[in-house]
Amino acid sequence: MKHTLAVLVENRYGVLSRVAGLFARRGYNIDSLAVGVTEDPTISRMTIVVRGDDLVLEQVTKQLNKLIDVIRVTDLGSEDTVERELALIKVNADVTNRSEIMQIADIFRANIIDVASKSVVIEVTGDENKIKAIEQLLKPFGIKEMARTGKIALRRGPKGI
Amino acid sequence: MTGRTEKMTGARAIIECLYREGVDTIFGYPGGQVLPIYDALYDSKIRHVLVRHEQSAAHAADGYARASGKVGVCLATSGPGATNLVTGIATAYMDSVPIIALTGQVPLSMIGNDAFQEANITGITLPITKHNYLLQDARDIPRIMKEAFHIATTGRPGPVLIDIPKDLTTEIIDFHYPETVKLRSYNPTYEGNIQQIKKAAQEISRSSKPVIYAGGGVISANASEYLRALAEKVQAPVTTTLTAMGAFPVDHPLFIGMLGMHGTKYANYAVQESDLIIAIGARFDDRVTGKIKSFATNAKIIHIDVDPAEISKNIRVDIPIVGNAKKVLEDLLKYVDRAPTDEWLTRIAHWKRSYPLHYVSNSSTLKPQYIIEQIYDACKDAIIVTEVGQHQMWAAQYFRFSEPRTFISSGGLGTMGFGFPAAIGAKIARPDRVVFDIAGDGSFQMNSHELATVVQENLPVIIAIFNNGYLGMVRQWQELFFDKRYSYTCIRDSVDFVKLAEAYGALGLRVKQPSEVRPAIEEAIASGRPTVIDFWIECEENVSPMVPAGAAINEILDLERKA
Ligand SMILES: Cc1ncc(C[n+]2csc(CCOP(=O)(O)OP(=O)(O)O)c2C)c(N)n1
Ligand SMILES: [Mg+2]
Repeated sequence: MKHTLAVLVENRYGVLSRVAGLFARRGYNIDSLAVGVTEDPTISRMTIVVRGDDLVLEQVTKQLNKLIDVIRVTDLGSEDTVERELALIKVNADVTNRSEIMQIADIFRANIIDVASKSVVIEVTGDENKIKAIEQLLKPFGIKEMARTGKIALRRGPKGI
Repeated sequence: MTGRTEKMTGARAIIECLYREGVDTIFGYPGGQVLPIYDALYDSKIRHVLVRHEQSAAHAADGYARASGKVGVCLATSGPGATNLVTGIATAYMDSVPIIALTGQVPLSMIGNDAFQEANITGITLPITKHNYLLQDARDIPRIMKEAFHIATTGRPGPVLIDIPKDLTTEIIDFHYPETVKLRSYNPTYEGNIQQIKKAAQEISRSSKPVIYAGGGVISANASEYLRALAEKVQAPVTTTLTAMGAFPVDHPLFIGMLGMHGTKYANYAVQESDLIIAIGARFDDRVTGKIKSFATNAKIIHIDVDPAEISKNIRVDIPIVGNAKKVLEDLLKYVDRAPTDEWLTRIAHWKRSYPLHYVSNSSTLKPQYIIEQIYDACKDAIIVTEVGQHQMWAAQYFRFSEPRTFISSGGLGTMGFGFPAAIGAKIARPDRVVFDIAGDGSFQMNSHELATVVQENLPVIIAIFNNGYLGMVRQWQELFFDKRYSYTCIRDSVDFVKLAEAYGALGLRVKQPSEVRPAIEEAIASGRPTVIDFWIECEENVSPMVPAGAAINEILDLERKA
């Protein structure tokens, strides 16, 4: 089972290694981790996708809460949320197939953000499935490089976490 | 002076903070990066005990904390000084002991350059501290020191390390010690949820076979009185873990001894047959539960703990109560009634009579259990600190503890070498008490150089070496599970402990006969000097009873040797 945790932490030196170290030494599997500062510059938000049953999730949550720099941990799994991930994909492209690639990008509402004689860079946002789908379609052209941000998520509606 | 601001160096500010926190003694070892701190110590009111290895500084701070209930403080230089603290910090972490470790660090601008004696001690101690800090700005010293003491002592106590770059200790700051701590991300729960407490009270009051299982949390929360009140009101038997020895009087009729691997048979039988386990400040460690799937299978479990992460970590809990043991017990006492336990107590009394702790004594060989009994007879209110091994188990089994903070032992980490330096800390915390380090010949050699410290400081700690010529606990496992192949566990005749004591200027005594035991103990106590007693005990005596690793705790075996 995958769970998405939103973790608010003090925006301070060393916090990322505390969180990452906790996952490593307790043997929890992280699928992805995204960090960035929030509307309050003293607070960072980590979005962590973790794999495990409910017992593991309960332990992860409690252990995270034990870290002094962790302000709040919320499991977004049970919530109605919007989730996005950003990927940058560099694909082999030349005059013969560039338009075909642009069509695929269009369908996914992705942007071409760099064009060179032998490649293009595509920027795509969406949930995991959408990114997986465009990756599959671009594969035959030859993906030279890909970078992904990991998932970030917010609860729908006016309420925060 | 509170409220006013004063100019001083970072080093003096650190000492001033210690002073404001009521620290009277610290344990340490100097070096290049802490020179300014040592300079500030030179004419401060705080006593500094110079140990002979930084590991001992951490253990001594730990022993001081466990004996006094206050925070223990240790200090080391950067690099090797800091890494030498690691075992001591890990030991304190596993047993939830509040210590503050101060380490020197290379100057801020050099961090990360592999400078001389640089070690990333905050990285190294991340998993063995409750929290740690790398100071980045000298002006943060008062706030961070205040936070460190707050974090170490509140909630589930534990070690906090502060790494101090040298340049910050010579900077001049405006010193102002904060009165309060503001930490939005740290709010331990003290009061138990009252609904849960009522639910627990109901279960307890109608249980016909309850067992109270008390852990070290009872001692750190100073909840022993309430534990006793609960047991007496409910009329429930009490078993304790190793680290909780002393939390309940051994001579109390409701006491059933320690549980687990080397617990009493009757404690283990009672737990296995109980219909309700009331766990207080305990964490269902594998040395306690044995095979977890077979642990108390018919019992509901109430778990009172200050750390929510302990709830349902190892075992499914029916009624969790997160809170301070003392506060929760105080509330619980208002709602519980006497439980219908007459039959249960009769049954337990029967087990107690049928399966007592016992050993076969004879007049020619020295039995370790007998020595513990003699130490108890000679000095009932002694503080017993131990090393790790067979002698540790005999001390826990045979000394009749009656007060909290009189048994000090490394439970969670099981650190050989802990006992002697911890005894130094305990003696400084409680100079009014006789302090014994119950030691093995192996363990003592891990920190025996601290004889220099006790002689220099004139600390009359008594080290009772249970000299069996073996790393006995390992030998016992080799005997039982490896066909008596004693692979590298024989250490016989490697050192003359009496001469070793004398070389340092301590008193050394040797005991080979049962008749010499008591006089030697009396002489050590009367001497008022640091003393080593080298007891030549029966070499292959085993700790009994014993639950083999991986077995259920009622599958407990007698291992006594015939005379
Ligand atoms: C630092 C450390 N190293 C190794 C061990 C493993 N160990 C546990 S008990 C023991 C033997 C202890 O020997 P001794 O101190 O002579 O005590 P005895 O069991 O003989 O009473 C050993 C090696 C340990 N607990 N701690
Ligand atoms: Mg030995």
